[in-house]
Amino acid sequence: MTGLSAIGNGALQVLVAFISTIAFAVIFHAPKKELLYTGLTGGAGWLVYILAQALGSGTVAASFLATLALAWLSRVFSFSRRAPVTVFLICGIFPLVPGAGIYYTGYNFFMGNDALALEKGLETIKIAVAIALGTGIVQSLPPFLFHRPAKKR
Amino acid sequence: MPASPMELPFRMGQVLLENGAEISRVQETMERVARAYDIGGFDVYVLTNSIFATATQDGVSHSTTFRYVPGATVHLGRIMAVNQLSREIAGGLHTPEEALSRLEEIKNTPYSPLPARVLCCAAGSAAFSFLFGGGWVDAIVAFFCGIVLELYLDFASKKGMSKFLTNLSSSALVTLFGAAFFLMGLGDNMDKIIIGSIIRLVPGVALTNSIRDFFSGDYLSGAIRMLDAFLVGGCIAVGVGFVIKALSVLTGGALL
Repeated sequence: MTGLSAIGNGALQVLVAFISTIAFAVIFHAPKKELLYTGLTGGAGWLVYILAQALGSGTVAASFLATLALAWLSRVFSFSRRAPVTVFLICGIFPLVPGAGIYYTGYNFFMGNDALALEKGLETIKIAVAIALGTGIVQSLPPFLFHRPAKKR
Repeated sequence: MPASPMELPFRMGQVLLENGAEISRVQETMERVARAYDIGGFDVYVLTNSIFATATQDGVSHSTTFRYVPGATVHLGRIMAVNQLSREIAGGLHTPEEALSRLEEIKNTPYSPLPARVLCCAAGSAAFSFLFGGGWVDAIVAFFCGIVLELYLDFASKKGMSKFLTNLSSSALVTLFGAAFFLMGLGDNMDKIIIGSIIRLVPGVALTNSIRDFFSGDYLSGAIRMLDAFLVGGCIAVGVGFVIKALSVLTGGALL
């Protein structure tokens, strides 16, 4: 039973990530016909993120893996939709950007919890670096890896 | 339009840069268009906030520079449209005049209307509040904070408020609202409410673009954008932290 409810909760989270990515795509004025695909990118990123965490990886590693997945998907969509990678990447990456890290850093910094502030600040930077590595690696891969999404899936 | 030969690639680069494209895209697009129209000796150097280009026509060399203040709004639709236009130009589908008038249209692509943005910001805030472990009540409170935030951001950008002041004040405002709701007994976790609400401000675009610049070898622009991302992140942290501290002093530690 707990397994089932965990799956249900995971599916709900992915759906929410999908919706929130589309919301950000609208804020960044993405064209309407690409909204669905930006949403898919964000949803896929979050799916990998929660899967990685469920399998016991930490926040930083999970962010890295999720970024790999969504950057790969952005490039696939970029080829199949003939649109710049950034359209999917910028929107899809939003669920992973360390907003929580920024909050806890600021909170602890001002509340005088210096050790915690330092810890959270470092973690925020680590997540940013993980996201950077993830997108950077996928960006550097040769283009032929992204041409035929239908066969790869 | 008997303007200088580099008018078209130059303007296209300008539109791309202003709307948040990465450096290599700006540079490649400009070079591709210049090649399509046989503009000789075309050299371009692009930074986060400026373009320097030279070209030769009929033995006369032209040069142009363009500067702008970064922090303009990102418009992915325009980037995409310019990208499409440059493909068509490379395919030889447009005369320069046609391409210029098409570019004018692209430049005037409207922004998403304010009500839609407000709704999306609110929905996004609520969604992130939920994703980061907030409950339903937290998400609803974040929804209202999101409405306030987007309205304020719209107001600030119309008043031409500087980027840092905007980030500081809007994160402080959102925290104030979130904390006020929380103190009135709405919401279970104040941190989840505020995390959801500030996601709109978090420098995701700057971070992504910075990385893309680094990995395509534009280290200077990458560094500029990285610095931008860290400063904006710092501003948000300060805005949030300051308000929480002030409130917790005023309420005698009720927020702790």
